[in-house]
Amino acid sequence: MTVLVAFVAAVLVGCGTWLLLQRRLSRIIIGVGLLGHGGNLLLMTSGGRRGTAPLIGIGDPAGYSDPLPQALALTAIVITFGITTFLLALGFRSWQLTNDDVVEDDVEDRFISHREQVDRDIADEIAAEAAQAAEEDRR
Amino acid sequence: MNALVPLPIVIPLLAAAVSVIVGRRSRLAQRMIGVLALSMTTAISIALLIGADRSNILVTQSGGWPAPIGISLVVDRLSGIMLVTSALMLLAVLLFAIGQGGVERNHVSFHPMYLVLASGVAASLTTGDLFNLFVAFEMMLAASYVLITMGGRADQVRSGMTYVVISLVASTFFVVVLALIYTATGTVNFADLAGRIPQLPQGTQVMFAVALLVVFGIKAGLFPLFFWLPDSYPTAPGPVTAIFAGLLTKVGVYAIIRTQTLLFPPESQPGTLLLVVAALTMAVGVFGAIAQDDMKRILSFHIVSQIGYMIFALGLFTVAGLAAAVFYTFNNIILKTSLLLVAGLVERRGGSSRLSEVGGLVRGAPLLGLLFALPALSLAGLPPFGGFVAKFAVFDAGVRSSEWVVVGVAAFVSLLTLYSMTKIWAGVFWGDPDERPRQRPDTSDSLGGPALMLASTAAVVVIGVAVMVCARPLYSLSERAATDLMEPLRYVAAVLGDRP
Repeated sequence: MTVLVAFVAAVLVGCGTWLLLQRRLSRIIIGVGLLGHGGNLLLMTSGGRRGTAPLIGIGDPAGYSDPLPQALALTAIVITFGITTFLLALGFRSWQLTNDDVVEDDVEDRFISHREQVDRDIADEIAAEAAQAAEEDRR
Repeated sequence: MNALVPLPIVIPLLAAAVSVIVGRRSRLAQRMIGVLALSMTTAISIALLIGADRSNILVTQSGGWPAPIGISLVVDRLSGIMLVTSALMLLAVLLFAIGQGGVERNHVSFHPMYLVLASGVAASLTTGDLFNLFVAFEMMLAASYVLITMGGRADQVRSGMTYVVISLVASTFFVVVLALIYTATGTVNFADLAGRIPQLPQGTQVMFAVALLVVFGIKAGLFPLFFWLPDSYPTAPGPVTAIFAGLLTKVGVYAIIRTQTLLFPPESQPGTLLLVVAALTMAVGVFGAIAQDDMKRILSFHIVSQIGYMIFALGLFTVAGLAAAVFYTFNNIILKTSLLLVAGLVERRGGSSRLSEVGGLVRGAPLLGLLFALPALSLAGLPPFGGFVAKFAVFDAGVRSSEWVVVGVAAFVSLLTLYSMTKIWAGVFWGDPDERPRQRPDTSDSLGGPALMLASTAAVVVIGVAVMVCARPLYSLSERAATDLMEPLRYVAAVLGDRP
């Protein structure tokens, strides 16, 4: 059973990672959801063997399943749910603004790489002028 | 005294709830609630620090459940120092935001979210439970997601997406690590873990240490996990950038210091890895800063670079190193907050924070020049400022452990930091702008900005100068905190009590 759950968690995390690497926010959100499920499944298995419901007074305490990982997983699920909702709102806002939900590159990074290009062009120009001047001198 | 421990978490959270209720009616009431709540938090944090320093580690078991079952809230010297620093910064930045108007005036949700952030920071600093640390981080981050995209401009949405997705991935990874640690040890309480992790095989211990380092490294902005930081911070509204730059990454550093020193025995602490990562973080951060043209982005890259120094000092795992790390961390929180508050003022006065679009501010607003120069020189590590004391402590600890290569890198990076501070100075305060600023400069105030903005910025700068004046007592306090960190058994005994 544990092996099966671990396998399912691995598949979820694998699919989640692939979706996360996409450019569209809608896919990224689904990816984040899958990743979260993978993590929570792993958290569930961390309690060890399954047993009876841990209700005091009912059944034998030695046969109880560990309730803590379930509580932890529940907390994690609620948190992931809340943040995923926020991401959806963010994606909707992006769609409102640009009619698209593609995650774009950093503007400033593009600016800096452009500046490097400009610098190189200027350096080329100066070199070309110097070569021309040297040519004229020789004549 | 122990009863005060949960208050820095509870007060801002309650205030946030009240702030939501009164929000629609009156902004003034929201402001009063926010300032009152954060003033109370500051006072209580100071009391907690004094209590933790005088007597012993302060512990509260929430809900009255005894230690490994319930969630323990713990304030030792390190937590106390961080609580006081963060409470002071949160209060000052809130006043700055009120003075600026802007995002604070236009959005009902600013005050509640800011208070939830304050509560999340306090919770991260006081918790003695690994899962509760996850929840505290999420509180802090959920508030930060809203604050960073407040305004909903296209560039904010773009950088907000990166920030939220990266943080979510880090959180998922945290859940996975938690699951593994719980499987191996059967507990998530720090004090209990400190006893059980050393019983695991060596390889498993190292794996957990490195996995936790990766989780918190994303939040702290360590190389190579820092890439999201300089992209997302500068697009947030001015005061939000200041508090994020000051606090959030340092809470990550705090979590690294806490988990690495408390949970893992000396033989499985990843010291060499930390030193290598620290050197790369310092160097890459500062080279990134040099390439930038925007004041806020330069300072954001410096956040990364400065984190390197703290991790370097931690990586030594000596009392001198940890003392330096603690001193460096709280000093850096103050410096970074004040520098980004000045950046907010410059943006308002000059219409832009780009070096090519502003210039000559020292003529129109000399006070801004002064407010920038003091923390900037301190950040670069020039004597006699607090930053010099912090850097000297880091170098001294490094030399004592004979880590010559990393000390060399740190000294070189320090020089480049000075270079990029002079670059900001020359670009913003001297000369003339090359291009037109994007927004119209606001030169209506003769001093350089509204009085409340200036006063709160000046207050943070003065706190930075106070660190320099009181360097000796503050350093010995850091040293005592470091001694505590080197003896995790005291922490364990304080939390678990006299349980066998």
